[in-house]
Amino acid sequence: MDRLSTNLCGIELSNPVIPASGTFGYGYEFAELYDINILGTFSFKGTTKDPRFGNPTPRIAECTAGMINAVGLQNPGVDKVITEELPKLKKVFHKPVMANVSGFSVEDYAYTCEKLDRCDQVGWLEVNVSCPNVHGGGMSFGTDPKMAAEVTKAVKAVTKKPVIVKLSPNVTDIVSIAKACEDAGADGISLINTLLGMRIDLKTKRPVIANKMGGFSGPAILPVALRMVYQVAHAVKIPVVGMGGVSTAEDVIEMMLAGATAVEVGAQNLVDPYASKRIVEALPETMDKYGIGNLREIIGTA
Amino acid sequence: MKDTIFTIIENKLIAKSVYQMTLSGDTTAITASGQFVNIQLDRFYLRRPISVCDCEKDKLTLVYKVVGHGTEQMSRMQTGEKLLILTGLGNGYDTSLSGDKPLLLGGGVGVPPLYLLAKQLIAEGKSVTVILGFNTADEVFFEREFQALGCDVTVATADGSCGKKGFVTDVLPDDYTYFYTCGPLPMLKAVFAKTNTSGQLSFEERMGCGFGACMGCSCKTITGYKRICKDGPVLQKEEILWTD
Repeated sequence: MDRLSTNLCGIELSNPVIPASGTFGYGYEFAELYDINILGTFSFKGTTKDPRFGNPTPRIAECTAGMINAVGLQNPGVDKVITEELPKLKKVFHKPVMANVSGFSVEDYAYTCEKLDRCDQVGWLEVNVSCPNVHGGGMSFGTDPKMAAEVTKAVKAVTKKPVIVKLSPNVTDIVSIAKACEDAGADGISLINTLLGMRIDLKTKRPVIANKMGGFSGPAILPVALRMVYQVAHAVKIPVVGMGGVSTAEDVIEMMLAGATAVEVGAQNLVDPYASKRIVEALPETMDKYGIGNLREIIGTA
Repeated sequence: MKDTIFTIIENKLIAKSVYQMTLSGDTTAITASGQFVNIQLDRFYLRRPISVCDCEKDKLTLVYKVVGHGTEQMSRMQTGEKLLILTGLGNGYDTSLSGDKPLLLGGGVGVPPLYLLAKQLIAEGKSVTVILGFNTADEVFFEREFQALGCDVTVATADGSCGKKGFVTDVLPDDYTYFYTCGPLPMLKAVFAKTNTSGQLSFEERMGCGFGACMGCSCKTITGYKRICKDGPVLQKEEILWTD
């Protein structure tokens, strides 16, 4: 068994590194730079039933050790993702890909997941109930255990693929939401989505982001993410995908020690397009440095 | 697109808050004028996108204005210091559409990308007219540099302290075949409204990645959604949709 390999909901990953949704597009920009098959997999741009332009600009604000985004789920809609993006992706990526899905109603989620369920390229459905940048959807499903469970049930009813529910950190008790998803049939939990944040421009004295608030990500949020991954991984039996501020191989190992079966890398892909590749390549020597034989052995052992 | 380390050859003040940085390094990923680079700076999370002012083999020239903490830090960098720079970003200007007498309109720090463009148009044997707009005399730069290339140069300042008084659109020539422009949004709108030929406009937006991955800088156009960093920053006049 390869020392980097891990198993996520029944599908083997050659390594635990997964670029996170919204930071990797549909993979092509990165495929210009390196062979993206080096990755465990990646989670593609959040997909909705209908095409979306997203929020007005500015959508980006810089922070100390991080950034805020308020993109607002810009995507061409599930039909175009299936007819245009996935065939293009097939040429550069030969592993099962993680499909990230968002919606504005329970029916939306089910509709989009049912369509993606028919795509052989899709390995997992990552159901995003935690987007902080859209109104009347996204995060509102992930801040209430009942709603999160309802979305999970509706999606599970239309797919045989593993369903991983992506949770928001912007809640009082993330464990209760994770458990509600598990009870509703989720095959895995991924966390954390971005933390709701804000910046104000001192020159204009107005919020930097047109939408005023956005999702804060980057190295600054790693400790918060680790804490939540640890809490959730100890409360549920299903696999947990850890993310939030991961930018080095050390961070990946820390996430796995906290209980993550696989680890997503987000904002770092945007400031260093080679980040995910560098992390995969640095894992063996980093494991050697800390006396780790293989990654499966360390999951949740902290 | 290439992420490489450059070494600063020179970093000097050329006008009020405006610096010219010359660097040595691999410029092979830069394929057109109007493209930009994205610079990693110590202590800052996001990179700084700066337009390419001039580019030769192993030599890159950037002209930037100090507008915040990042560019302020850049302005204090010394000869010999190194910068990690993602090069060859964006689509750039297309010189094949220019006709014989292209008109170049630059405003403030929108002027630099027009320099490499002018150089290319002159090399293609075209008769290039350049209008450079600034607020005041102390902000003016590159008038002589454009003249040295062989361009017909007019400077306009909003307060009349240098060249003609007014905006670039107040001193438009009668006869030109095509236009290229880069500058602040109000200027781009005025150029769009007052020019009578087709042309290309370079836009600015706050960016996340600078290479098309994050959708942070999207805009709506007549031909669909475009990412300023990847499908732009240069857009054709005919595809522009003013949204506000």
